[in-house]
Amino acid sequence: MSLDKPYKDVPGTTVFDADMSRQGYHLNQFCMSLMKAENRARFKANERAYLDEWPMSEEQKQAVLARDLNRCIALGGNIYFLAKIGATDGKSFQQMAGSMTGMTEEQYREMMVGGGRSVEGNRYTEEKK
Amino acid sequence: MARITGSVYTSHVPAIGAALDLGKAAEPYWQAVFKGYEYSKQWLRDHKPDVIFLVYNDHANAFSLDIIPTFAIGTAPEFTPADEGWGPRPVPKVIGHPKLAAHIAQSVIQDDFDLTIVNKMDVDHGLTVPLSLMCGQPQAWPCPVIPFAVNVVQYPAPSGRRCYMLGKAIRKAVDSFDEPLNVQIWGTGGMSHQLQGPRAGLINKEFDTAFLDRLIGDPDGLSTMPHIEYVREAGSEGIELVMWLIARGAMDDVNGGKAPTVRHRFYHVPASNTAVGHLILENN
Ligand SMILES: [Fe+2]
Repeated sequence: MSLDKPYKDVPGTTVFDADMSRQGYHLNQFCMSLMKAENRARFKANERAYLDEWPMSEEQKQAVLARDLNRCIALGGNIYFLAKIGATDGKSFQQMAGSMTGMTEEQYREMMVGGGRSVEGNRYTEEKK
Repeated sequence: MARITGSVYTSHVPAIGAALDLGKAAEPYWQAVFKGYEYSKQWLRDHKPDVIFLVYNDHANAFSLDIIPTFAIGTAPEFTPADEGWGPRPVPKVIGHPKLAAHIAQSVIQDDFDLTIVNKMDVDHGLTVPLSLMCGQPQAWPCPVIPFAVNVVQYPAPSGRRCYMLGKAIRKAVDSFDEPLNVQIWGTGGMSHQLQGPRAGLINKEFDTAFLDRLIGDPDGLSTMPHIEYVREAGSEGIELVMWLIARGAMDDVNGGKAPTVRHRFYHVPASNTAVGHLILENN
């Protein structure tokens, strides 16, 4: 018997479950370290060197350096932790969320003002094909 | 004897706090949000509680991945607003109510809900934004607050049913406290929103409207909604709505008393990435 994970077929969505959390532990703890101003400063001064202090995978480090949040999430990152990178970069939560959608900041903002992304056609991965 | 007199439900979007703190509240974009709370601020002044039991979730601020408590009750005398990465919010520190909190912890744990007891923690926007929405920008919050943090960051969050039953246990605990305190219980988070992945920006007004209707009229039925329905219909972060069921489970009507009066209801899209929902229910 395996665990039931019915959320695997929700399009464009990675549910941060215990298994993702296990894979993303060091990545997320690195993000958490950016809550301290002195760590933010050290990270900004030399991102690669700061990342090398953490037992993260090379893929995870590359995803952080590229600020590829979708990739970070696929590798176990969680958005509330990843938000600390955005805060370090001076980005708002809306800018971060928008960056994962393939839309420009302006397009994303306008979509939200217009009532957000519709759930129609966005419930199941089959619908997206 | 202490008594739960009412419950408040509200989103706790961080951008709302930022708008207030940065003096943007007068902008039309934010006025559309704040006007939904004008009545609420007056209501709170007219019905000032002795203690607020505030159900919220921490967003990777007090709790990292080192320790992930499903239910955590704050029993400290005070709680400092967290630095979430943008600097701490310039809001008053939160004064706790250690005596009532300890009493609730003991009662609820004996009722089979295994709480984590927290004697030291910072509180993030999940707790301070609802206070700002309901109180504005005072020098001090109007009364002590008991922070009650629910894990909704790492899946699975507790089920809606578990939250609802916990609300009943909290209500029983308050009823058995020996001082004549007027206690409000607040449930926060939601409504529909998704902050991650290509589906970010999801909003589902039909879901939210039905959720508000059922929270008022059919909380018992609503509490059986499975997680997957929240994720699929209300977005991966919409699952925060289970926290509203804790507050609802503490009300009179679901504990052998009379139906509550709906004092206020408000819904607006958007605040940043999120649908804002708000409800005030008063026990009779
Ligand atoms: Fe939240």
